[in-house]
Amino acid sequence: MNWDLIWSSFGPLITGAVTGTIPLTLASFAIGLVLALVVALMRLSPNWFLSGIGRFYVSVIRGTPLLVQLFVIFYGLPSIGVKLDPWPSAIIAFSLNVGGYAAEIIRAAILSVPKGQWEAGHTIGMSRPQALVRIILPQAARVSVPPLSNTFISLVKDTSLASLILVTELFRNAQQIAAFSQEFMALYLQAALVYWVICLVLSTAQSAVEKRLDRYVAH
Amino acid sequence: MSPTNESAQEPLVASVLVARNLAKAFGSNVVLRDIDIDIRRGQVVALIGPSGSGKTTVLRSLNGLEIPDAGTVTFGSGDDSAELAIDFGAKVGKKEVAALRDRSAMVFQHYNLFPHMTVLKNIIEGPVQVQKRPRAEAIADAERLLERVGLADKRDAYPFELSGGQQQRVGIVRALALKPQLLLFDEPTSALDPELVGDVLGVIKELAEEGWTMVIVTHELAFAQHVADEVIFMDGGVVVERGPAAEVLREPRQERTKLFVKRLQHDV
Repeated sequence: MNWDLIWSSFGPLITGAVTGTIPLTLASFAIGLVLALVVALMRLSPNWFLSGIGRFYVSVIRGTPLLVQLFVIFYGLPSIGVKLDPWPSAIIAFSLNVGGYAAEIIRAAILSVPKGQWEAGHTIGMSRPQALVRIILPQAARVSVPPLSNTFISLVKDTSLASLILVTELFRNAQQIAAFSQEFMALYLQAALVYWVICLVLSTAQSAVEKRLDRYVAH
Repeated sequence: MSPTNESAQEPLVASVLVARNLAKAFGSNVVLRDIDIDIRRGQVVALIGPSGSGKTTVLRSLNGLEIPDAGTVTFGSGDDSAELAIDFGAKVGKKEVAALRDRSAMVFQHYNLFPHMTVLKNIIEGPVQVQKRPRAEAIADAERLLERVGLADKRDAYPFELSGGQQQRVGIVRALALKPQLLLFDEPTSALDPELVGDVLGVIKELAEEGWTMVIVTHELAFAQHVADEVIFMDGGVVVERGPAAEVLREPRQERTKLFVKRLQHDV
């Protein structure tokens, strides 16, 4: 075992996390959430055309592998003249993916708010959009934090797939050091450790958010 | 507080609301048939009847939570609002429904307070967000109203921290804060433990004495007789009998009313 190499590899791995994994995760999750809200509202719309588009989108995203989605965008699109760099490709693919999964979570959370809350909003004079924003979504947010946290934590790990479309992130750095040093076991375990630490931090953050949102619920 | 400050100058029979020929069906199931209602300023009308009689649907129609298939609702002009006439037979758009909701406020059987807002925020949400009144003024109003129903110290509590009776009193204050022409109560005490009913009925009674115009769907016949000027008995989607409270409840003319009143009094 080359302990010096192992110790010195943590630097590039953490750099990969800070400049690759984490920003990729944050950007994709933020865009994905906005997309998910739009798709959830489309699916809840009485307009069959809108809800049909929403259902189709969710079905395609959930019914195809994320790796295939990445490859279609990065390696496939150039053949019809759309050439994207690794980073935009990765962000588009991950955002679309989060959008599909989170849309179902948000839709279910909105449906879980009792109908009487909409009515109470209407009776004090609110329009549907106003009641949605002021009354329904804040309550849906509380319900959707645990499942959205799952999506978020999965996303952190899924970003390792971006190494396959040449995005410089945590796992790609690990692969490169492993390739020239031949320390495969050590480097991949180190990469696993860094992912795990990131996810531990996120789990702690999740508990804090849940606690804050639970302040208006009986215990 | 009282909406009838200037009632001395108003004609005695000034109508707050006139509803004509309200009708509604879900498929082949007729829930309302030719319902007429007249509510004068300061009048308290109690809607009674067995469950499924359509009384709640009538109430919800007045607030646009249900849209009847046919009929008209006309609100008389208020202190700062013109007459509003809505024909449900024609297409009723968002604007009409919004105008309708502007005139009345609803108190729900299950309170329907906003669980993520404190008591104070529940009350000022409508005045500030919808009516665009100055926040400080809305807060001062809310505090005064809370004081009146004995809940001044619950201003910053969340709904889950309150008993059912307290939540319903907040529900009533939330409706009052909108300064509506008409207050609508949908079985306001049905979800309450028996020992809490009195508090809520007490508040409603005070509002009646102050001159608020109200429609109350209720099973509390003793209360209806005590507070209501007029009682409307509904069954099967039609008005079976109506008249002064004492008459309808003590000496009903119709067989169906007699049966209903007798059965309910036996239960008590």
